[in-house]
Amino acid sequence: MNNQKLPALLAPQTNWSERVTVALVRVAGYLSIVFVSLICLFLLREGLPALVNVPLLSLFGTTWYPIEARFGLLPLLLGSLTVTIGAACIAVPLGIGTAVYISEIAPQWAKETLKPLVEILAGLPSVVLGFIGILVLAPALRRALSLNTGMTAFTGALLLAWASIPTIVSVAEDALNAVPRSYREASAALGATRWQTIWMVTVPAARSGVLTGIMLGIGRVIGETMAVMMVTGNAPVMAFGPSALFSPVRTMTATIAAEMGEVAKGSTHYQVLFLIGIVLFVFSLVINLTVFYVGARHAARKQRLLS
Amino acid sequence: MNTNRKLATAHRAQKIGFAVLAGVSAITVLPILWLGFYIVAQGISAISWDFITTFPSNGMRSGGIMPAILGTIYLTIGTALFSVPPGIAAAIYLAEYAPDTRWTRVIRLAMINLSGIPSVVYGLFGLGLFVIFLQIGTSILAASLTLSIMTLPVIISTTEEALRAVPQDFRTVSISLGSTKWQTVWRIVLPQSVAGILTGVILGLERAAGETAPILFTGATFFLPHLPQSPLDPTMALPYHLFVISTQVPGMPIQIQYGTVLVLLVFVIAMNVTATMIRSRVRARRQW
Amino acid sequence: MTATIVIERLSVTYSDRVVALKDVSLQVAENAITSIFGPSGGGKSTLLRMLNRLNDMADVAEVSGTILLNGQNILDRKVNVMELRRRVGMVFSRPTPLPLSIYANVSYGLVVAGERRRSRTDVAVEKALKQVALWDEVSDRLDSPANKLSGGQQQRLSMARVLALQPEVILLDEPTSALDPVATNKIEMLLHDLSKTLTIVIAPHNTQQTARVADYAGFFLTGELVEFGLKPQIFTLPRDRRTRDYIEGRFG
Repeated sequence: MNNQKLPALLAPQTNWSERVTVALVRVAGYLSIVFVSLICLFLLREGLPALVNVPLLSLFGTTWYPIEARFGLLPLLLGSLTVTIGAACIAVPLGIGTAVYISEIAPQWAKETLKPLVEILAGLPSVVLGFIGILVLAPALRRALSLNTGMTAFTGALLLAWASIPTIVSVAEDALNAVPRSYREASAALGATRWQTIWMVTVPAARSGVLTGIMLGIGRVIGETMAVMMVTGNAPVMAFGPSALFSPVRTMTATIAAEMGEVAKGSTHYQVLFLIGIVLFVFSLVINLTVFYVGARHAARKQRLLS
Repeated sequence: MNTNRKLATAHRAQKIGFAVLAGVSAITVLPILWLGFYIVAQGISAISWDFITTFPSNGMRSGGIMPAILGTIYLTIGTALFSVPPGIAAAIYLAEYAPDTRWTRVIRLAMINLSGIPSVVYGLFGLGLFVIFLQIGTSILAASLTLSIMTLPVIISTTEEALRAVPQDFRTVSISLGSTKWQTVWRIVLPQSVAGILTGVILGLERAAGETAPILFTGATFFLPHLPQSPLDPTMALPYHLFVISTQVPGMPIQIQYGTVLVLLVFVIAMNVTATMIRSRVRARRQW
Repeated sequence: MTATIVIERLSVTYSDRVVALKDVSLQVAENAITSIFGPSGGGKSTLLRMLNRLNDMADVAEVSGTILLNGQNILDRKVNVMELRRRVGMVFSRPTPLPLSIYANVSYGLVVAGERRRSRTDVAVEKALKQVALWDEVSDRLDSPANKLSGGQQQRLSMARVLALQPEVILLDEPTSALDPVATNKIEMLLHDLSKTLTIVIAPHNTQQTARVADYAGFFLTGELVEFGLKPQIFTLPRDRRTRDYIEGRFG
C-alpha cells in the first residue's frame, strides 16, 4: 500500500502562526460586544451617582439651571422631542418620496444624479449644517416669519430633516429594490398603472424596510448634536404648542456638548450630564433593538454611513 | 365608455403623481447643490497658500488654519490605525469563521447598537474611559480611540459585505486543493474583496474626519500656538475649529469662516468621491 | 482487483434531517474509472464529497461507517484533512478557475502545501498542463488570468490543478455538464488516459457518459446503492429492476 505517497515536502504543517492569526480574528469578532458593554459600564459608572446626589423628583422638574443645582430634565426632553417631531414631519415625506422616485420612477440619468447627491449629503459633517443654519437659514427664517430670533426649534428641525433624509432614502430605497419584479409585473398584468402599483403593491411589500429607514432616521435626529446646538438658541425652557416650534429650545445632546467642557469632573452637574447620556443611550438602544427584531438587512452599515 | 374614462383618470393621476415625486426629489437635493455652489462662491476668495499653511493669528480673526487641517489629518490617521485592523479582523470572523449561533446574533445586535449610539455619547464614553479612567488625558490618542470605536461597526459591516460577495465556489475549490481556511481567506477571498473593503474604510473614516461631538471632550482644543508634539497632546481639528469660529469668536470675519467650511468640505467630499470611484471601477472590472 | 477505497456501511444525515446516504458499501478499484450514476438527489455528490472530506464544510449532522483510503480510515478525527485533500483531488461541475493567473491556478495546491521553490512548481505546472493537453495552448500566456480561457480549457485547467499535486484519487462531480460535446469528448478521452495510472471516481451528468467512460458502475437511488458491478454487466444484465428501469429511461 502506498499510504505515504505524498513527498515529505507536502507533509502537513502544524503552522502556529496561522493558529495565532485565527485566534486573533476570533477575538476581534467579539469586540463589538466588548465595546457596547464598556460604553454601558462607563456611562453608568459616571452617571448613576447623580441619582444619589439629586433627588429623583427634582430630575423631573421643569427648570434646568445647573448653577443653582436645579437639574430638571423635562425642558431638555421636551426640546429634543419638539425638534425630533418637527424634523420627522419634514424628513419622512421627503425621504420616502425621494426613495420611491429613485427606485420606481426616475430615468437612469436622474438616478445617477440623485444617488451621489444623497450620498454626499450623508457625508456632510453636522457642523457644516449648523454653520449654514447660523449664517443662512436662521436669518432667512427670522425675516420670512418675522420672529424675534431665527434660532428656534424649527430651524433645528429643518436642518435635521436634511441630516436624516439620506438614512431614510437609502434604507427605504434598498427595501423597494428588494421587492421582486414579479410583484410589479403581476400588478401590471391586472391592469394597474405604475402609480397604482407603487402604492398598492411595491411600497406595502417593502413596508418593514421603509419603517426601518424611518426609525433609523429618527434615531439619527435624536442623537444629532452639533447642528442642533448651533441653531436652536440653547434656551432650556418649557414651551408647548405650535408657538414652541418657533421659539428657542435646548436638546439633551446640545446640553451635554455645551456644558461638559465647563464642569468639574465628578461634580453633580457632571454626573447629571452623564445621566442624560444614559437616557440617550437607552433611546438609541430601544430604536436599534426594534430595528434588529424587525430584521433589517445591513441596518448597521446604512446607519452610520448614510446618516 | 365608463371604463375608458376611469382609465384616463388613472393615467392623469399617474402623471400628476410622478411629477409630484420628481418635485419632492428636487426639494431634497437642490439645497445640497445650492449649498455646494454657495460655499464655493463665498469661500474661494479666502483660500490661498497662506490660508492652508499658516497659524491663525489675532485671536483666529486672521491668518490661516494649518494646525486644524493637520489635526484632522492626525485624527483620521489615528482612527484608521485603531479601527481598520480590528474591524477587518472582526469582519473576517463574522463572514468566514463564525458559526450561526446565539453568540453571533449577539455580536450583530451589539454592532447595530454600536452604530446607532449618538456621537456625543461616544464623546462621554471616551471622556470616561480614555481621558479619565486610563488617564490618557485630552489628546490625539484619546480622541482617535474614541472615533475608532465609533467607526468600527461601519468598517466591520462593509468589510463583511465585501467578503460575502466573493463567490462561494472559490472557497470550495481552494479548500478542495488542500488549503486551510486561513490560506483561502488570505490568498483568495481578501484579494478579491480589497476594493470593497477600501470603499467602506474610506467612507467610515470620512465620517470620523467630520465629527465634532466625540472629540469635544477627548482631544480637540480651541487654539494651539504650536503643533502637537506627540499623540498625547491635544490638537486643533477642522470641524471643531469651524464650530469655534462660527459660534465663540465675536467679530469673526465671515470670509475666514467660509474658507474653513470649504476646506473641510473639500476634505470630506474628496474622500467620498474616492470611495465612490473605487467602487464603480471595481464593479465594472469584476470577473464574477 | 485492488481496491484503493473501501467504503463500509456509510450513512450520512444532514442537519435538516435529510438522509443523503443510507448504509452504502462500495469498493473503488485502483487505476480504473468508477462511475456512480442515478437521478439527482440520489446521494452521488455527498458520496464524492465524503471521499475528500469536503463535506466537513456542509451542515452534516451525523456520519456513521468507515471509508478506508489505502487502508487508512479517512473519517478518523485525527486525519489531516488538508493532506487528505491533496491525495484525493476534486473537479467540480462548473469550471471554476481561481481568480489568479493560469500558472498560479495550477501551482496553487503546491504553494498552499508549503512549496516555495519556483523551480519545483515550474516543473509541476508544465507536467500537469501537458497531462491535460493544455500546455501547447497556454504555455505562452501562463501569467494571464485563468478566467480568459474557454469553458473546456477551464475545466482541463481544473484537472491540471488537481494533477499537479500527484493525487492518488481524482473525484469528478458532473465535470462536463457545462461543456459542449467537443469539449466533453476531450475530457472523456483524457479520463481514459489518466485511468491507466490513477483511480478515478466520477458522477457523470447523464447515463450515456457512464456507458462511455466507466469501468465500474454503481446505481444510486435516494441515498442507497442499488446495484454495483462492472459496467457491461450493469448495462446489459442489471440484476435490479430499478436499475433497468432507469437505464431504459423509464424514470429520472
